[in-house]
Amino acid sequence: MAGVAVSTTINGDNVEYLCQPDETLLEVLRDRLGLTGTKEGCGTGDCGACSIILDSRLVCSCLVLGAEAEGRRVETIEGMAHGERLHPLQQKFLEHAALQCGICTPGFLIAAKDLLAKNPDPTEEEIRFGLAGNLCRCTGYDKIVRAVQDAASVMKAA
Amino acid sequence: MGFDPSYLHRNFTSIGTRPIRPDGIDKVTGRARYGADFNMAGQLVGRILRSPHAHATIRKIDTSKAEKLAGVKAVITAADLPDLTDGDSAMYDILDNCMARKKALYDGHAVAAVAAVDARTAKQALKLVKVDYEVLPHVTDVDEAMKDAAPLLHAGVFTEGVEPRPGKPSNVPKRTQYGHGDVESGFGQADFIVERSFKTEQTHQGYIEPHACVANLSPDGTADLWVCTQGHFVYRQHCAQLLGLDVSKLRVTSSEIGGGFGGKTHVWAEPVALALSRKAGRPVKLVMTRDEVFRASGPTSATSIDVRIGARKDGTIIAAEATLRYSSGAYGGMWAELGAMTAFACYRLENVRTVGYEVLVNRPKTAAYRAPSAPMAAFAVESVVDELAKQIGIDAVEFRIKNAAQEGTRSSYGPIYGPIGIGPTLEAVKNHPHMKAPLGENQGRGMACGFWFNFGGQTCTDLNIGMDGTVSLAVGTVDVGGSRASLSLVAAEELGIDYGQVKAVVADTSSLGYNDMTDGSRGTFSSSMATISAARNAISVLRERAAQMWDIPVDEVAWEKGHAIAKGEKHGNLGRLWLKEIAAASAKTGGPIAGHSELVADGAGVSFATHICDIEVDPETGATKVLRYTVVQDAGKAVHPTYVEGQYQGGAAQGIGWALNEEYIYGKDGRLQNPGFLDYRIPVCSDLPMIETQILEIPNPNHPYGVRGVGETSIVPPLAAIANAVSNAVGVRMTHIPMSPPRILAALETGGKV
Repeated sequence: MAGVAVSTTINGDNVEYLCQPDETLLEVLRDRLGLTGTKEGCGTGDCGACSIILDSRLVCSCLVLGAEAEGRRVETIEGMAHGERLHPLQQKFLEHAALQCGICTPGFLIAAKDLLAKNPDPTEEEIRFGLAGNLCRCTGYDKIVRAVQDAASVMKAA
Repeated sequence: MGFDPSYLHRNFTSIGTRPIRPDGIDKVTGRARYGADFNMAGQLVGRILRSPHAHATIRKIDTSKAEKLAGVKAVITAADLPDLTDGDSAMYDILDNCMARKKALYDGHAVAAVAAVDARTAKQALKLVKVDYEVLPHVTDVDEAMKDAAPLLHAGVFTEGVEPRPGKPSNVPKRTQYGHGDVESGFGQADFIVERSFKTEQTHQGYIEPHACVANLSPDGTADLWVCTQGHFVYRQHCAQLLGLDVSKLRVTSSEIGGGFGGKTHVWAEPVALALSRKAGRPVKLVMTRDEVFRASGPTSATSIDVRIGARKDGTIIAAEATLRYSSGAYGGMWAELGAMTAFACYRLENVRTVGYEVLVNRPKTAAYRAPSAPMAAFAVESVVDELAKQIGIDAVEFRIKNAAQEGTRSSYGPIYGPIGIGPTLEAVKNHPHMKAPLGENQGRGMACGFWFNFGGQTCTDLNIGMDGTVSLAVGTVDVGGSRASLSLVAAEELGIDYGQVKAVVADTSSLGYNDMTDGSRGTFSSSMATISAARNAISVLRERAAQMWDIPVDEVAWEKGHAIAKGEKHGNLGRLWLKEIAAASAKTGGPIAGHSELVADGAGVSFATHICDIEVDPETGATKVLRYTVVQDAGKAVHPTYVEGQYQGGAAQGIGWALNEEYIYGKDGRLQNPGFLDYRIPVCSDLPMIETQILEIPNPNHPYGVRGVGETSIVPPLAAIANAVSNAVGVRMTHIPMSPPRILAALETGGKV
């Protein structure tokens, strides 16, 4: 099987890779590019652990082919902080203990970032429905919702 | 280590604070490494072939075509994992579960495995392995499996615990019984008796991270295993025994763990990965798919439970009995036994008897799931308790308070209780504003109690003081939800230094003595005991070094708030020596400064919780909505209260999923029909309200700070609390979990008569 040559932008950097036509973007990120912050929980688009932003759209990277990233912009968890400065969502997840095992955390952070980009002042219900595509088995979501609420108010004030 | 009463009045400086966890930053930036995030040079990809049949004899496996496929480096079957268990039947079951030997016992049972250069080749190779099955009749239902005519899973199983020993084999490996008093005479004195039967369906722990490992076995008999596990020392023991390795030559490193809840307490695929590596001569990475996780790992028991409770007019429970049948999957376990032990543990009972039956079915081997077996028993018992209170005409909370176990009560499973929290959690619930909030139409409120034993176990910890006075804490209990933060707090508290000066890590199996796994809510309980002990040992070294530096006798040196002080007027001019100063001088005073501890953390204090839940039921669709949820639980002493709350909330959420929606659905062919998160739906953010918590602190007399385990009890009351809430909302007693919309509609239509 011949590889597909892909030229794309990941977290602001130009990246080129060869991938198989049936290889998912999640596999490319994790296995070819070493970006293992994006997690695989199901491989079928049901858990949201592999959430990334593709051209301003929140997607499950397990449902996108590596070849589809050609010419597009990919944002992953590795690009969320600026150097030493954490994104307010990252900071608030830490302060509120919005993670226990942490495997779902990258997906939640990406999904929450997308949510706040589209709705900077969400109600609790809007947060709950906005994050309903991401599964967390540890926290019962309480502290995640509070962290997102707190981050939203910090970001609005900034 | 006993509780030090002086701590009751002690002003803790670190314990009870809520700092950010040390492993947090790696987890919010994607840098933390979980099971599947690790790679070794030259590694192969391993995949497992699984039985499509619920029950089948394996006549022959032909691997020749798969072996010839380009890129395939090893194909293994049970023949490559010879039986080295030497009569250890529990280990034999684990071996047979890792790779079926003569029969496939459930849909998803491993029968062969391959290692290839990439995932595509490995997948292709699986299709080329030809297995000749003779399909056998199967049974997946717990009650059906107990019938005489049921297909037998193992011809050599005769029920233990029955006198005389049965002459015929069955699917019931074990009967257990607990209790005291004279139950029949008790029921004779009862004015009210409620008797009901209940069923609960099988659920999965549902950790988001699938099982994953990287194994490397060298020809010289040394090996490395990187794995997500709740207990890397236990995995080392299992793998070494199954592979015939020397324990000390297998180094197991626990990765960050993406959830376990009991499901990562024994090996599944790790011995297979090691066997593949041995045959291929290269490292092998093996990651389960979600489908495999559901079909072949976890789950908890499905149950069928009868409960009968009798009470006097004044509201005193006079007799109680339960018969509990728990499916244990294809291999025996102690699941019904745990159900039988916990069923009535909340109450002070004169006459009580519980009988448990372990039941073999063609389903995956049952694994522990957070307070294993207790939620189902509590569901049955607490439902009957509620109904009995109604019949007597007494408030459900008052009825429980009147009959609650106390210090000195002989528990239904044997031991006499010390100071316990059941009464205080009930009093707190009685006074909680949640209990007084108004309810609307189609809404119901329920409450229920829960109990869990908690566990201590073998624990080993190292505390090393660096030359700059900072502290490395190496523990052997895997951190499943923030224990590195709580243990750092404990080390800081003992040494009298800042939390930020302590760095806790989970050490690999070659760097620390044996530790039991993180189960039984023991992580913080047991490792904090070992950390306190290690810190006190380090303090005695620090005092000796200070004595040397001052040239005074060591018993004239005390340790206070992070520094040594010389006791007595005669040393008035010596001032104090800070930890940092003593550490800096260590090379000249005797070398590195460390404290070590190895102990069996006996005396895990039992744990109780009471939950309140409000539910709204749509009578047209049977759909439910959790409106409000409150958890009240005794923590003994909350080391890091935020993570204690997190345990309360997480357990409640899992219980809510179990109560309302989650279940394994098997087809007539014995195959699992919903092995994915789309059809096995765990609660999502929009399904739940905020989960209110109240932490009570009734000190555990066996821990220096009074700490009790907090991880598990929170999953025990939800099934019952929600069933009571739904029953109160619809006016029909719910007896089958999960209370999914079809079951609620059916109950509404039949008025509860199934």
